[in-house]
Amino acid sequence: MVGPALVLLVAIYLYPLARLVVLSLTGADGGLGFDAYRRFLESSVYLGVLLRTFRISLIVTVVCLVAAYPVGYVLTRVGAVPLRIIMVLVLLPLWTSILVRTYAWMVLLQANGVLNNVLRRLHVIDEPLRLMYNETGVVIGMAQVLLPFAILPIYASLRNIDPRLLAAARVMGAGSWRRFRSVTLPLSLPGVAAAGLLVFVQALGFFITPALLGGSRVITLAMVIETQVVDLLDWSLASALAMVLLVVTVVLVIGFDRLLGLDKVWV
Amino acid sequence: MTGERTHPLLWAATGIVLAYLALPSLVVVIMSLSGGRFLEFPPSTVSMRWYQVYWSSTSWMHATARSLEIAVAVTVLATSLGTLASIALVRLILPGKSVLRALVVSPIMVPTIVLSIGIYSVYARWRLIGTATGLVLAHTVLALPFVVLNVTAVLYKLDRSLERAARSLGAGPFRTFTRVMLPLLWPGIASGAIFAFLTSFDEIVIAMFVSGSNPTLPKLMFDGIRYELNPVVAAVSSQLIVVTALALLGSAWLRRRTDRTSG
Repeated sequence: MVGPALVLLVAIYLYPLARLVVLSLTGADGGLGFDAYRRFLESSVYLGVLLRTFRISLIVTVVCLVAAYPVGYVLTRVGAVPLRIIMVLVLLPLWTSILVRTYAWMVLLQANGVLNNVLRRLHVIDEPLRLMYNETGVVIGMAQVLLPFAILPIYASLRNIDPRLLAAARVMGAGSWRRFRSVTLPLSLPGVAAAGLLVFVQALGFFITPALLGGSRVITLAMVIETQVVDLLDWSLASALAMVLLVVTVVLVIGFDRLLGLDKVWV
Repeated sequence: MTGERTHPLLWAATGIVLAYLALPSLVVVIMSLSGGRFLEFPPSTVSMRWYQVYWSSTSWMHATARSLEIAVAVTVLATSLGTLASIALVRLILPGKSVLRALVVSPIMVPTIVLSIGIYSVYARWRLIGTATGLVLAHTVLALPFVVLNVTAVLYKLDRSLERAARSLGAGPFRTFTRVMLPLLWPGIASGAIFAFLTSFDEIVIAMFVSGSNPTLPKLMFDGIRYELNPVVAAVSSQLIVVTALALLGSAWLRRRTDRTSG
């Protein structure tokens, strides 16, 4: 019964990935070798792109965690109706096309966009701020797109904390800050870690949002891969870069699963 | 956690974060009603002109029809393959079951750009670039995990004694499946189908590489905003937001049904 799904996955999933491995090891002359990987490691341009991708992903992850925690916390303390309203506000963006959401940010952040116009009308600024085609814009957009992936696991871990532990802490005289610091926060850390992983891993491979909000000024790994394939037809370098991205992702996910167990923290 | 007061600062932070999540899309919906030649916020005149442009443009209609065709095919394919696989993964004794389960769910985590160029290189050889078949197969790979996650979630909650009772009363495996399991599983299956549809209908990265000269709706939108901001995209986006909201309402309704039937 798994057969049909397995056939599809082997043909349209495993085989294409395996082909990238072969392509990444095939030089321009058709010989096998680590040429493409060497070109990647010896080029300051590609290493710079890798570094920028990691930096942006890290900043996006921190922004998401900081923004998600209060929401997750408030969700555990509200009644059924506000809970449902907040959940809709979290889930609707999660399932709205990334393209639509990135487009919204383009409309907002452009030089003559909504945000700049509002600020100018309020006389906060005279010259339009540069909010797009730089890392700021990319981070603003990516963090918003990935935020639901941080809110859901953090909320799940906070919800699973046994309320009797907090009652016990209170009986023993712990104030609200102390209860948060010694009970709630440590018990919610697995959820925070899961949220961080989900956001970071997705941010590493993000293409649409950086391509539209960063343009040619903020090149990330996924964008280089696209350029190599579409414009430069350098399949071995593109495949090598794709392999680097894939291996980093797989190592992070498997490592996390071994350490904390993904299914335990996953809603 | 009763009797605890939530600090007003936490409420304020939550409000700001929720505004950050929701406002951008809301602004686009409002701006899509601009009556002028450009999008304005707030619109000085309100009109449906960009919606009219969308509904009367052949290229937008072609792309929409293509996306719908592909998404419907993906929904059917992913839902049937995923449901069968889920039942096998939960109910049957199979060697390497955990590896199989991980494999079926793993496309969620593989960066789409990596899978896209892999599929692009393979499709170039198989002459599948620009074909509906190619996109349907590739989108099914991406949609399969959502079906499996939804269906297995319901399966784990399902009471096995019902199936055993059916079997001991003389029903064969097929009859047990259609008469006992399917009626109980359908909310999970339908929920998986909704997410499979959305996955395909919104997908852009794979479509960018393999849709060739037959662009899907997301591909046409991407081309419309990559180098200039085509105002029609605001109207398309607003309509997509409504479709997504309806789909989520549907899945929420289905989830409530599952919770009720499985007690």
